[in-house]
Amino acid sequence: MSTSTDTALARFGVGTPALDSALGALLAKGVDDGDLYFEHAVSEGISLDEGLVKRAARSVNQGVGVRAVIGDKTGYATSDEIDPTRLLEAAKAAKAIADGASGERRPYRLTTRTAAQDLYPTRDDVVDQPLDEKLSLLQQIDVRARAYDPRIKQVQASVASERRTIVIVDADGNVTVDERPLARVSVSCIAIDGNNRQAGSSGGGGRVEFGWFTDGDRWQHWVDEAARRAILKLGAVEAPAGTMDVVLGPGWPGILLHEAVGHGLEGDFNRKGTSAFSGRVGQLVASELVTVIDDGTIADRRGSLNVDDEGTATQRNVLIENGVLKGYLQDRLNARLMGVAPTGNGRRQSYAHVPMPRMTNTFMLAGQSDPEEIIRSVKRGIYAVAFGGGQVDITSGKFTFSGSEAYLIEDGKVTAPVKGATFIGNGPDCLTRVTAVGHDMSLDDGIGTCGKAGQSVPVGVGMPTIRINALTVGGVAV
Amino acid sequence: MSDSPNALLDKTLALAKSFGATEADALFASGRSTSVRVRLGEPEQVTQSRDKGLGLRVFFGTRSATTSTSDLDPERLAALVKRTVEAARVTAEDPFAGLPEPSTDAVFDADSLDMWDEGVVGLEAERAMELARETEAAALGADDRLSNSEGGEMGWGYSELHFANSRGVYHHKRATSASLWTTPVASDGDEMQRDYWYTSARHFDDLGGPASVGAEAARRTLRRMGAKKPPTCRVPVIFESPVASRLLGGLAGAINGGAVYRDTSYLAGKLGEQIAASTITIVDDPHVKRGSASRTFDGEGMPTRRTVFVEDGVLKSYVLDTYTGKKLKMASTRGARRGLTSTPSPGTSNLWMSQGDQTLEELIAGTKQGLLVTETFGYGVSNVTGEYSQGCVGLWIEDGAIAYPVHEFTIASKLADMWQSIDGIANDRDDKRGTSAPSFRIAEMTVAGT
Repeated sequence: MSTSTDTALARFGVGTPALDSALGALLAKGVDDGDLYFEHAVSEGISLDEGLVKRAARSVNQGVGVRAVIGDKTGYATSDEIDPTRLLEAAKAAKAIADGASGERRPYRLTTRTAAQDLYPTRDDVVDQPLDEKLSLLQQIDVRARAYDPRIKQVQASVASERRTIVIVDADGNVTVDERPLARVSVSCIAIDGNNRQAGSSGGGGRVEFGWFTDGDRWQHWVDEAARRAILKLGAVEAPAGTMDVVLGPGWPGILLHEAVGHGLEGDFNRKGTSAFSGRVGQLVASELVTVIDDGTIADRRGSLNVDDEGTATQRNVLIENGVLKGYLQDRLNARLMGVAPTGNGRRQSYAHVPMPRMTNTFMLAGQSDPEEIIRSVKRGIYAVAFGGGQVDITSGKFTFSGSEAYLIEDGKVTAPVKGATFIGNGPDCLTRVTAVGHDMSLDDGIGTCGKAGQSVPVGVGMPTIRINALTVGGVAV
Repeated sequence: MSDSPNALLDKTLALAKSFGATEADALFASGRSTSVRVRLGEPEQVTQSRDKGLGLRVFFGTRSATTSTSDLDPERLAALVKRTVEAARVTAEDPFAGLPEPSTDAVFDADSLDMWDEGVVGLEAERAMELARETEAAALGADDRLSNSEGGEMGWGYSELHFANSRGVYHHKRATSASLWTTPVASDGDEMQRDYWYTSARHFDDLGGPASVGAEAARRTLRRMGAKKPPTCRVPVIFESPVASRLLGGLAGAINGGAVYRDTSYLAGKLGEQIAASTITIVDDPHVKRGSASRTFDGEGMPTRRTVFVEDGVLKSYVLDTYTGKKLKMASTRGARRGLTSTPSPGTSNLWMSQGDQTLEELIAGTKQGLLVTETFGYGVSNVTGEYSQGCVGLWIEDGAIAYPVHEFTIASKLADMWQSIDGIANDRDDKRGTSAPSFRIAEMTVAGT
């Protein structure tokens, strides 16, 4: 075991003997897999409202999750008190699900494993920066937003940051340490004109240092975007209702992929046969223009990880290639049961949560089309460039996502902005109606959080400008 | 941990004062929970967790900061408290901030709420697994098309909370809870649908039985089979009780003092005005025996009380805590919510909408053509603008009867119009829910489909 591992473990007050006895107790006869997951998380949230930084909150959360897996059965026990006794208790509780199992004891040897990649080398974590620098940034955001237009009446802004120290001990005894910084700046503006009240928001972040936020005009751009969106919507018309052709702009609209195909390609649902994509590997599930990737290895990104929460190195996974479904997102359990390799997508919200297959950064590769040509090709439809959240029913395949900046397209031209509308589609066939893919692929600014079975994890999305024929737009105007 | 929660809170408040805080309040929460899941009759997952945490809010005059930790090591705790007081010194002065004036109201007798059941605390995992198995089996046995499942699951546990502030207020409460649910999957040809049903309660004996939960989950899943995309049109829309309750939760958000003082709600400034049909009254009652959201004191340590928020369609009160109350020159409605790390924010407890005098079936029978909404999803609801547009699953109504299931469509309108135009209310409110409304019909909404 290396010094850096010992240092990381020292934070939790446990040494090699305690790990050894817990792992020994956990890996009883017939246990196929298991792990110990230690986590120490420091997080901070600072927020501004009415021009005042009223809130500064800091929290420390630590604990250990102990897991035993036999076949498709999982036993999981957690404790926020970490000492050798509790660790052993948790290990015994977790393996109780395996009682009565027969088979060999799994051999292991405690060995430090160095992560194969260093995607977010940390020097000055945002969470450790002096408060006054963050307060000053928030004040500048407020001033700039209010100066944008006198109709901007409310500005809310926040700096959220955290650092998680993770130690994973897998069933072979490999000990992996990962230090994960994460930060995000959010800006929300309310524009009011008489009885007309509209909101606009923007922001970004990643596994970055504080200086990243003040690079160039990064935060200034977010402020201007939030204010512009709020003002723009003061003049928005009712969204139409019905099925029509839709052009989605680059970047954050990639949430479409996350909802339409991403969740449906998670290994757990497919192993159980409860996804609309179950058993469809090798089939055409999208237009030949469409290639979708999930890549946890992009430096500094919000959805990136050196290793997933089971210690597997993240990688670049091709989900759909030229329209053909290539494979699923896997954690260790589902990969083993489906007879494939883990893909580095086993993630958990915290030590108190059981890992499952999750996305990292999910995006569509650029195509050949000129984005302006794509818009010109639509006679009557919607051009949507910014979104709120989305949701999917994995079993039926139906998904929604809600537009926060969208326009009418009339005779190939972008015309009036429209009020918020929800789009709804069917995952397995929606991407078959992609008729153009732009050359302007971009990733989002780093604001995404994905929820599944009560667990939230940071994710990224990305997309070029694309055209989808016959998507249902849920406005009020018939 | 060697200190009692009580002593730990006292020490923490004293520490905060010693570092210069003028006032402070603190919470200590702890709990245990277990859940078991079976899938297709076999055990799939058992999870056990125990957690605890300390939350602290400090004031330096009218400046404040908060912190929380699960690491109670005395030295590290002291360092964190010190850091929090230092943070409070640099946040903005806010003349509305501060602890509430202590209330002279009597605190409701916690024992009479009956929130604790030893039967839940002592539930054995084997027994829970058997109940989960029976629930799933009851669902899957209902029809041959129910051939797959996301499992049957049972969760149970308890939580305890201690509260203290530097003005000498101290409260303690504890509660148990248990739930049982199942999510069957039906398939027929290329079509696959899932839905779920559940039961939850403070006491084990109040839970619905596996047979009834399973049967309802099966009924809800099977009724989706054969779903079509409806035409784009405008029709009356009935919200079934669970989705009506979501809409009610949204209304509580729109009258939340935090949104009102910022003028970021379509209902800001509407106090005393007609905001819903005159048949609608909405009352918050924190003292329902064994209630899912019952409590005797709120997140600021204030004794809770009953509040009428909407009476005969007229908005009678915003949802307020001490801070938002001061901002709006009104009194707190005593429902402050608070996580360990966060500052308190206004909230509600058992928020119930008044019932009508007809069954859901009668409400459907009185609808010539329209839609019964059984699930809404997505993020297309804005309390700022009052716009509503959601993905939907439901049943099409023709000539007063369910005709066929529908999916892959949205419904849209404006929240203000929706609440004003409710023209039929059923009597099927589920009082086990914290925020609960009966099924009701909205006169007309836009359906976006084919």
